[in-house]
Amino acid sequence: MGARDSDDHDGGGTDAFAWALRRDLAIALRTRSELAVQLLFYAIVVTLFPLATTPERNLLSTMGPGVLWVAALLAALLSLPRMFALDQADGSLEQMALSPWPLPAIVSGKIAAHWLVTGLPVVLLSPIAALQYGLDGTAIAVLVAGLALGTPVLSLIGAIGAALTLGVRGGGSLLALLVLPLYVPVLIFGAGAVDAVRGGLAVDANLSLLGAGLIVAALGAPFAAAAAVRIALD
Amino acid sequence: MLEAQDLAARRGTSQLYEGLSFSVRDGVALVVTGANGRGKTTLLRALAGLSEPAAGTIRLDGEAVRPFAAILRRAVAFAGHAAALKDELTARENLASLAALAGADPSPADIDAALDRVALGPKRSLPARVLYQGQRRRIGLARLALVRRRLWILDEPVTALDAEGTALLAGMLDAHLAGGGMAVAATHAPLAVDRSRIASLSLD
Repeated sequence: MGARDSDDHDGGGTDAFAWALRRDLAIALRTRSELAVQLLFYAIVVTLFPLATTPERNLLSTMGPGVLWVAALLAALLSLPRMFALDQADGSLEQMALSPWPLPAIVSGKIAAHWLVTGLPVVLLSPIAALQYGLDGTAIAVLVAGLALGTPVLSLIGAIGAALTLGVRGGGSLLALLVLPLYVPVLIFGAGAVDAVRGGLAVDANLSLLGAGLIVAALGAPFAAAAAVRIALD
Repeated sequence: MLEAQDLAARRGTSQLYEGLSFSVRDGVALVVTGANGRGKTTLLRALAGLSEPAAGTIRLDGEAVRPFAAILRRAVAFAGHAAALKDELTARENLASLAALAGADPSPADIDAALDRVALGPKRSLPARVLYQGQRRRIGLARLALVRRRLWILDEPVTALDAEGTALLAGMLDAHLAGGGMAVAATHAPLAVDRSRIASLSLD
């Protein structure tokens, strides 16, 4: 992508980011039912586990962090296929790719909007969800910190998958197969942090790794997703 | 000036066209005709820089351009089959959003004036969802006027437009060409534009 990349240093990156963020948020706020579906899905999944297994407190607090994280992954996955597909269907994606603004900056704005709409509500809901699993205050704080660092990574990696599966028949299920394995490290470090604090260990290592993952993903994913979008339009 | 040299396009194993060479001078509109499936849209997408031609080169002002080249993105206004409207946003919001995306910075008054010109003023606050196909097309026309690009690439621009809309398009195209702009349009219906400014290309 060398030659194309040099084209992208054309200024307007901040404008492009702000444009995409504002636009996607405005659209999301007018289709609130989709937001509700996402959040309800998360709430229901985390509620099903205590109902389906056992009300035994120790067992619940052991599996709680893992269940809460898996539910967050699935909730993130639910909305991924729509990230670029709707824009491709109505022609907006072509106009974005033809904009003088750098496409990776536009894609970054879309990813940020995706996180604010799908990731942040999960982060905010998780303390309440965690109460069902009998997690204590410190564990809940670590869970929320981990989700706050980890869910943006889910949106960033998910964007690459969503762009790569554009226009593929049955793209939704392919997307899940493509993206879920990449979510594994996030899951391990995120749930690991909560386990560590429950076992009386330090959580810095897990959270630092999540933070590092976030930085790497934020720097790389928008470029990868933008390149995939261009290929999808070709 | 836009030049194409030895362009070819393939779909799967079949050849749509090959050895296609033409040039479009400033102030000229190239009208591309051809039966369905001859590659009109493919040609237009290649000229807009959305896809790589199977063979051949495209030059803008003498400089060879690749898909998504920066000079192309600053020169082209592309109007494809899809109007690029978001159903959730109003006509005015859609137009403002598309103009900003193209790097134009129109004031709210400019936006309203552009909508008035395509007779959509009274509908400006309606979500695009409730607009008819022809009205959606007209937002596309208003966008063309606002973004001020040198090269208009129009895929079936008169589809869904009524007589009044077609006349609007012709008037805008005339003004664009008179101002030294270029256009490439794939169309079945003839465009009511000054004939001396029209060149034609048949893919049949």
